[in-house]
Amino acid sequence: MEFTAPVLNYAQLAPILIVLGGALIGVLIEAFAPRASRHSSQLFITIASLVAAFAALVRVRNQASVDAAMGSVAFDGAGVLLQGSILIIALLSVFLIADQENFTALAAAVPGSSEERESLQRDLRVTEVYPLTLFAVAGMLLFPLSSDLITLFVALEMLSLPLYLMAGLSRRRRLMSQESALKYFLLGAFSSAFFLFGVAYLYGYSASITFAGIQSSVIGGSGNDVFLLLGIAFISVGLLFKVGAVPFHAWSPDVYQGAPTAVTGFMAAATKVAAFGAILRIYYVAFANAQWQWRPALILIAIVTMVFGSVVAIAQRDVKRMLAYSSIAHAGFLLAGVIALSKSGLDASLFYLFAYGIATVGAFGVVTLVRDSAGEVTDLNRWSGLGKRSPLVASVFAFFLLAFAGIPLTSGFIGKFSIFSAAYESGSTWILISGVLSSAIAAFFYIRVIVLMFFKDPVEDGTSVVIPSALTLTTIVVTSAITLLLGVFPAPLITFIESSAFFIR
Amino acid sequence: MNALTSMMLLPLLGSLLIAVIPNDQVLRIKQAALGTTLLIAISGVMAWFKFDAGNTSLQFVQISQWIPSFGINYAVGVDGLALVLILMSVLLAPIVVLAGWNESEGGRWSVKVFYILILVLETMMIGVFAATDIFLFYVFFEAMLIPVYFLIGGFGSGERAAAAVKFLLYSLFGGLLMLASIIGLYVIAGKHGGHTFDVGQLSELHKFMSPTTQNLLFLGFFIAFAIKAPVWPLHTWLPDAAAAATPGTSVLLLGVLDKVGTFGMIRFCLALFPDASKTFTPIILVLAVISIVYGAFLAIGARDIKRLIAYTSISHFGFITMGIFAMTSQGHSGATLYMFNHGFSTAALFLVAGWMISRRGSSTISDFGGLQRVTPVMAWSFFIAGMSSLALPGLSSFVSEFLVLVGTYTRYPVAAVIATFGIVLAALYILIPVQKALHGPTTPGNENLTDLNLREKIAIAPVIAVIVALGFYPAPLLNVINPASAHVIASQGFTDPVPSESAGK
Repeated sequence: MEFTAPVLNYAQLAPILIVLGGALIGVLIEAFAPRASRHSSQLFITIASLVAAFAALVRVRNQASVDAAMGSVAFDGAGVLLQGSILIIALLSVFLIADQENFTALAAAVPGSSEERESLQRDLRVTEVYPLTLFAVAGMLLFPLSSDLITLFVALEMLSLPLYLMAGLSRRRRLMSQESALKYFLLGAFSSAFFLFGVAYLYGYSASITFAGIQSSVIGGSGNDVFLLLGIAFISVGLLFKVGAVPFHAWSPDVYQGAPTAVTGFMAAATKVAAFGAILRIYYVAFANAQWQWRPALILIAIVTMVFGSVVAIAQRDVKRMLAYSSIAHAGFLLAGVIALSKSGLDASLFYLFAYGIATVGAFGVVTLVRDSAGEVTDLNRWSGLGKRSPLVASVFAFFLLAFAGIPLTSGFIGKFSIFSAAYESGSTWILISGVLSSAIAAFFYIRVIVLMFFKDPVEDGTSVVIPSALTLTTIVVTSAITLLLGVFPAPLITFIESSAFFIR
Repeated sequence: MNALTSMMLLPLLGSLLIAVIPNDQVLRIKQAALGTTLLIAISGVMAWFKFDAGNTSLQFVQISQWIPSFGINYAVGVDGLALVLILMSVLLAPIVVLAGWNESEGGRWSVKVFYILILVLETMMIGVFAATDIFLFYVFFEAMLIPVYFLIGGFGSGERAAAAVKFLLYSLFGGLLMLASIIGLYVIAGKHGGHTFDVGQLSELHKFMSPTTQNLLFLGFFIAFAIKAPVWPLHTWLPDAAAAATPGTSVLLLGVLDKVGTFGMIRFCLALFPDASKTFTPIILVLAVISIVYGAFLAIGARDIKRLIAYTSISHFGFITMGIFAMTSQGHSGATLYMFNHGFSTAALFLVAGWMISRRGSSTISDFGGLQRVTPVMAWSFFIAGMSSLALPGLSSFVSEFLVLVGTYTRYPVAAVIATFGIVLAALYILIPVQKALHGPTTPGNENLTDLNLREKIAIAPVIAVIVALGFYPAPLLNVINPASAHVIASQGFTDPVPSESAGK
């Protein structure tokens, strides 16, 4: 048997490879560099590889091919936009992660053990988080570009495994953090099993694992439709789990709450971009011609997700849990873009993903600033009167909340408008109606937080707003500037997305 | 530069100026706010004189691309209706600043924040009336809620936070319904000649809509405007908000913001959905008549002076709504003139009531008594404002109320007859508090009240002058309003019924 060497288009794969290379260097630094220099060198490597990857991406932005890696990776306009969003979001998140106050001193130490106390006394720093972040980013970059099911699965695991670990790195309330990591891992493994099950069915249906092959089988219509349906259903379970759509959302509030806040921000923003990128590609390419099979079910899931997320968020008393439920609601809104199954749906989704990701990183960045002597304060009751203590921080957070609520002059409004109009244009009236109603419900809890911050008197319990480090400050300033800019002058980005977003088949 | 655009930019420049004045220079901040609002008022009056009343097409038009991908423009322009409302807004603003010279102190935040919010609000007040692009209108419509929300919640009294939230949630709910309708219009426009938000082009669109579609889209707009205006049974937020807000904010809230509701009914409900407007006219007239009578009864029973004014406004908005949906040119002219006059008579009532309350330290009507002996100027001002509110002949409201009733009677005599009882009730709800608070012996606690000072006299004088002058000679306004009203009625396909002697025999 003759073995042909794979032909790879290195230029198009460069962003992924650069990030992976950075991650490997990070591992070497962990192993060989002296402890004292690790943090600064890791941070440098991480930022440098993200920036280099972005530069490499810009260089090949106008190319498009299905042959980047022997038909397993599709490089196209939508992919470039998604990768660009992920890299920008990742960079801004790394700035938050660099604030080591969030992370445990020694991840391996058992909570409450003498080893842990010792590590705290020695002022150790956990630096594994940087290579882990880069591995996750590499997986995220590959995820929306995958154009066969095996690559998709590899990318899924590549982005998930580091995230499971990162969720358990919290410095305080470590048991809760580790519990959330375990929960995330177990449920994630479960959903991966579903995903693989679906892959097997789709292979049985089409005798192909590539999206193009599945698409042509669907068009040909010769396969067994039961296999197709089961395949779509199980794969959807695996993907919807990642974006936290109801009923596969159960992990997200616990993980959002338990993970270190910087990681939560990264996870919430970047994972959503990557996973929705993959969902968009697989539904728009592989399953597009089977829309009568999956669309009704997905419409139902979208409606349930947005309504459930908005309603349950009302009852939350913890800011991170509230943001978790809000992100569930936003997953529902984003599914509207998938359901639209049109060019305008794709454009709207890409805009929404970027806008939402940026605002999410910013919001979690603000959360990291509210602390007392025992670490971050996430109990909403203790946020009361924050506007009096620190008007600027409270105003910025309020601005992000208004963006989540979709108030005009924020990026959230443009995103919401474009995604709902795309969904309605393709005939989903119910999506529009339930989207609007759940936005009204969601507005209630966003505004409640604003009331709490501005119209309630502060409680004197040691809660204070720390002065942000330069990097954290950069993230918050940049994210709020982008959120405002995309609300007032969205035209350049929209035009850019419109002209370049497409899926190559 | 375009007259409207420059009027919208001026307040923003003013707020920037205020932002750089140091916090402790309170007087300087107030002077800057007063100067800016005066400047805008002058440019408003200049625009008034440049306006060609005989020309029914839009004037001062400016159209620039904003988000070309969605067909969204920055498009402004005014007809007689919009111009009258803009003139009212810019004239009221300096009066509010001058009259409420001290109400910015003692809020949650600094004086600076108060005036920045007021000025930002003024930009949006002008923009919301000037916008001829529905998307732009919606942006102003929603964004102007935020400054009002903070004005009520931050500088009001009593249950200010709760009132602010109630106001915001009601308005957001209505706004989101309207957003759904706007998306509907956008999609329908896309199917018939391309995406656009231009009101003129959209008003041709109703020919392509099925009756059901048109009715649903109409309801989305109408409910939003009925909450804003407010029409029974969507009025419950208004008394709370008016009671909690500072008098100046209340003037802007009832005098200007609520007019957006009635303005929107004419500009959007009637123009975009003529058939649905006819379908719903009977129901809306019933709601309007209920508002007139119910608001009046609530006002008679009110014990709090600010709530009393809010309830009278509900009654007055009933008249305006009735005039709009009577579909006669007198009714329309009356309704538009009513909007203007109501702005001034409510301003007079609220401002004088605010001075009474701040002097007495109570807003309960029965706490006052015999003010005419102690504070004659204040008492007379209140008296004239009250007489204007009950539409005494010779004062401005009489003309508009009369026109509305005449205009309604020619088409819907029953509604007009029932509404006439509103006038009788108006006499009660004004004369009872006038008798209690102003006349009779001076009751304990009122002996040492001081009369209006020079600043307050200067603030109230122009308001009363307008009320009296327009009562005798409304022609300058009517000359601008009448062609616009006739144009609206004609484009609705209505002709005024000719009154005949035999009618009613």
